[in-house]
Amino acid sequence: MQVPGALRVVEANAIAYRRVWKGSAFSSFVTPALFLVAMGLGLGSLVDRGAGAPGFEDLSYVAFLAPGLLAASAMQSGAAEGSFQVIAGMKWTRNYHSVVASPVGTGGLVGGHFIWTGLRVLMVSVIFGAVAAALGAISPVAALALAPIGILIGLATVAPMTAFTANRENTEALTAVFRFGITPMYLFSGAFFPITQLPDWLQSVATVTPLWHAVELARRVALGYDSTLPAWQHVGYLVLVFVVGAALTYRLFSRRLNV
Amino acid sequence: MQPLVEAADLTKRFGDFTAVDAIGFSVASGEVFGFLGPNGAGKSSTMRMIGAVSPVTSGRLRVFGLDPATDGRRIRSRLGVVPQDDSLDMELSVEENLYIYGRYYDLPRREIRARIEELIDFAQLGEHRASRVDPLSGGMKRRLTIARGLINRPDLLLLDEPTTGLDPQARHVLWDRLYRLKQDGVTQIITTHYMDEAEQLCDRLVIMDRGRIVAEGSPRGLIETHSTREVLEVRFPVGELEPAGPTLQKTADRVELLADRALLYTSDADSALGEIHRLGLRPESALVRRSTLEDVFLKLTGRTLVD
Ligand SMILES: Nc1ncnc2c1ncn2[C@@H]1O[C@H](COP(=O)(O)OP(=O)(O)OP(=O)(O)O)[C@@H](O)[C@H]1O
Ligand SMILES: [Mg+2]
Repeated sequence: MQVPGALRVVEANAIAYRRVWKGSAFSSFVTPALFLVAMGLGLGSLVDRGAGAPGFEDLSYVAFLAPGLLAASAMQSGAAEGSFQVIAGMKWTRNYHSVVASPVGTGGLVGGHFIWTGLRVLMVSVIFGAVAAALGAISPVAALALAPIGILIGLATVAPMTAFTANRENTEALTAVFRFGITPMYLFSGAFFPITQLPDWLQSVATVTPLWHAVELARRVALGYDSTLPAWQHVGYLVLVFVVGAALTYRLFSRRLNV
Repeated sequence: MQPLVEAADLTKRFGDFTAVDAIGFSVASGEVFGFLGPNGAGKSSTMRMIGAVSPVTSGRLRVFGLDPATDGRRIRSRLGVVPQDDSLDMELSVEENLYIYGRYYDLPRREIRARIEELIDFAQLGEHRASRVDPLSGGMKRRLTIARGLINRPDLLLLDEPTTGLDPQARHVLWDRLYRLKQDGVTQIITTHYMDEAEQLCDRLVIMDRGRIVAEGSPRGLIETHSTREVLEVRFPVGELEPAGPTLQKTADRVELLADRALLYTSDADSALGEIHRLGLRPESALVRRSTLEDVFLKLTGRTLVD
């Protein structure tokens, strides 16, 4: 994987992004604002009257929600970059084929794709953090500290997602992954409520999702709570998922583009 | 001088299927070299191997004296590629497409800017430089793809079916552009299944069929070697062509019976036509023309090029 070629791909993505950046930045801003206000403050005013989940009795719901929701939003962005963007490059515009015919090659294409996604989720995380801090849900320092976790979960999502999309011929399977994978993960990986509220078997499922590890890390970093596992294990798991997904992506891209 | 491309026993297999079957050829600097063949002949597969995007299954291939298996990146940096499908970024403008591609070749921004001016001029896209690619006509997209392939001043331009799907006028505009490149000394490899395109553009070509090379030479040389000077095409009313076959055989050196007409290969078409009438046949229409590469292909493979 040559770094210069990968940077050219990042540059190309940035040029294409210029066309849509206003709409995209706006929705990165509005979505967390809506969620934090409606769920955190609105629903939270009811939740806070209850006893609170074990371990989080003293915390307001919006403070509980914000770090995990940031991770969940980064996951969604990662999933988007690894799905429709990829099938477009392979099939619709076939633009991946022209990258591979240039000196950039398949290594540069794959490297650039992941660096670009890292930048996109960084942007999403920073905007989310700023909105959450402005609403008083988290401290400004915590908002900054959460950005790297956003990148981690974004990459741990985009890599397996890209590998999955590499051989797809249409969007049917992608729609299914969003419906039966990304959305349930979004809801049940501990961002909205601790997974200890789930039945035992679902708890075991939740602990293998990358998002649960990111949520645990986020809450640890933002609120100073102990995570279920030591921080390095959560980080290690996310890095592992990214590395395996990225290696698989490279293999599958080569097999499709260099036949 | 060392050839730009040299292939010997070059083979490409997809699973059990052999798409390119032990072909050999070489392309010299400054030359326009063609692969003429029908659908599925193995033209694109060959081009993709030369372009160092598709690994060689077996045999030997050298591009600029380099081995694509180990020096792919260096080869690609000196090539211009016009793939069979345009693969442009539809959401971006004409200029942005050129700019991004220039960056893939690691060209400095300032140089790309200057190059874009020349190429937009060359591709006659001045009015559309800032417009998105999506709404452009097929011919304009094709010219843009060619311009994009020239951004790095390649030592060799690979054109895979440059005019397939274009209307006749757009084709002529494109041929004119390619001819200009040839005059500027740009070496080109062109694949096509149009015999007129091969005749117009190529200095030298190989005829490919089912993964094999069946003949090689200049367009004129191939016609002289494999066909007669003139061809008489005769049509008969429905049902009368087949019974006329044996009689027609007596009037020419060689006769090809196609579905709707007969082709008579002869050095003197007028006297062949006289002979046909003398033998009592009444064709619906008769046309005298010169031999083309289509006739060469028909003779060598027993099939027509475009079906
Ligand atoms: N990736 C692939 N996997 C399997 N078979 C392939 C693959 N690519 C090409 N082929 C087969 O190899 C043969 C040659 O294909 P190729 O695209 O090289 O032909 P071509 O001469 O360019 O034809 P066309 O005029 O249709 O572009 C065809 O029969 C095609 O179906
Ligand atoms: Mg082809």
